[in-house]
Amino acid sequence: MHHSINPAWGGLTLVVLILLFIPGLAQAKKPPVHVQIADPYIELHTGPGVGYPVFYVADRGEWILIQKRRTDWFKVQTESGKEGWVDRDQMEETLGPSGRKTRFEDPDFAAYGASRWKGGFMAGEFGGANVISVFGSYSLSPNFSTELWLQRVLGNFSDQTILDVNIVYTFIPEWKVSPFFGLGTGVVLTQPKGTVVQPEDRSDQASHVGVGARWYMSRRFVLRAEYKNYVVFTSRDDNEEPDTWQLGFAFFF
Amino acid sequence: MATRLCVLLLISLLATGCSMFRRDKAPDSDEPELVVSGRSGQTQVIDPEVERREITVPKVDTEDFEVGAFAGYMSVEDFGANPVIGATFAYHITEKWFIEAGVGTTDTEETSFEVLSGGAQLLSDSERRLTYYNLSMGYNVLPGEAFTGKRRAFTQSLYLIAGLGSTEFGGDDHFTVNFGLGYTLLPKDWFAVRFDFRNHMFDSELIGVKKTTNNLEFTLGVTFFF
Repeated sequence: MHHSINPAWGGLTLVVLILLFIPGLAQAKKPPVHVQIADPYIELHTGPGVGYPVFYVADRGEWILIQKRRTDWFKVQTESGKEGWVDRDQMEETLGPSGRKTRFEDPDFAAYGASRWKGGFMAGEFGGANVISVFGSYSLSPNFSTELWLQRVLGNFSDQTILDVNIVYTFIPEWKVSPFFGLGTGVVLTQPKGTVVQPEDRSDQASHVGVGARWYMSRRFVLRAEYKNYVVFTSRDDNEEPDTWQLGFAFFF
Repeated sequence: MATRLCVLLLISLLATGCSMFRRDKAPDSDEPELVVSGRSGQTQVIDPEVERREITVPKVDTEDFEVGAFAGYMSVEDFGANPVIGATFAYHITEKWFIEAGVGTTDTEETSFEVLSGGAQLLSDSERRLTYYNLSMGYNVLPGEAFTGKRRAFTQSLYLIAGLGSTEFGGDDHFTVNFGLGYTLLPKDWFAVRFDFRNHMFDSELIGVKKTTNNLEFTLGVTFFF
């Protein structure tokens, strides 16, 4: 049953593939950027963080070459060949070749609003069991989006895999914190654990309604919390109506 | 249930962690300037007395992603300590915070009971393989430099990490909480060596009694930023 490819080897293969592509990525480098220091001086740290020591100070008027960026730190090379990391705040006090001020772009709330594709991870509780989920979302309009969800419920007596499609209406998309409402349908695959009397896998249709809120945090990140009420249409007399609470992240592309 | 509490704790930690991503930066008011924000291209220019100043937005290569492979030992409660291998993929949000997806696998051995009983088998061979997947949030602490001899210094950092995931073991999937700490040493700014010590906690009924198992893992890995 479990003779499929080992996922860790799959992961390692992926790592190797990415590594093979890194030289290609490096070749696709953007042209070098030179900026001139406009502050009295800037500080070069040994690493990309405020905790790494300052080992060199470059003076006003000196031209520096920006090599790369990691989070809010820039690796630069001075005219004298010193290489170090400079904080974004100091980098924004430099001037470009035409004497114009430098600014660095970040994905912001406006970019979030303009983006169509989003994805995320959630975790929480589903009918008393733990659940972990992954979803992708496509915006049809500022208010409406459609989502595809894959959820894995890990319970005491059974495990469930739920595949859902839903429509989400965001009430006030121009607010950083906005409530939303959702409706959806999907399939629930239930695998009872070996210790239970009726160990047969079964699949049922399910629908749900949900409410929640999303909060744009910064950059590409959105915090999301939601409640959903499911109706699982079982072949027995009674339908199941599990509730689910989940909290997680969404990010946009 | 212990894991339930851990989950609550983790989620609230993640939530508070997120609120720290924001850059608290007051807009500098001494010079009016054109601010290009994202794709919208909004302009915000005020004082007409002063000449408008243009800005440049240089395109710079970012290296916020980190991919890596690791190997080490994992001790699976009641099932011995055995070699583990795996892979990680991380995104650095700020200099402090990162999120990381991980996968790892180890082949466990027989319990003492199985060995002593002479023939009893709790698990089939395929059920003996443990595989975990997780998504974790990491926080870098104590950054600094490590010196080797008089002339060479490497940047280094410790990190705390915790997350949620799923573990496939004994013919069953278990909801798993992981937490631990690690050490990163960077010989180059695009290449790091990592020591990672992690506990993977999940509830298991494999030996007949339901209990929360602690599965400790120690690994050495290499990662590349791109």
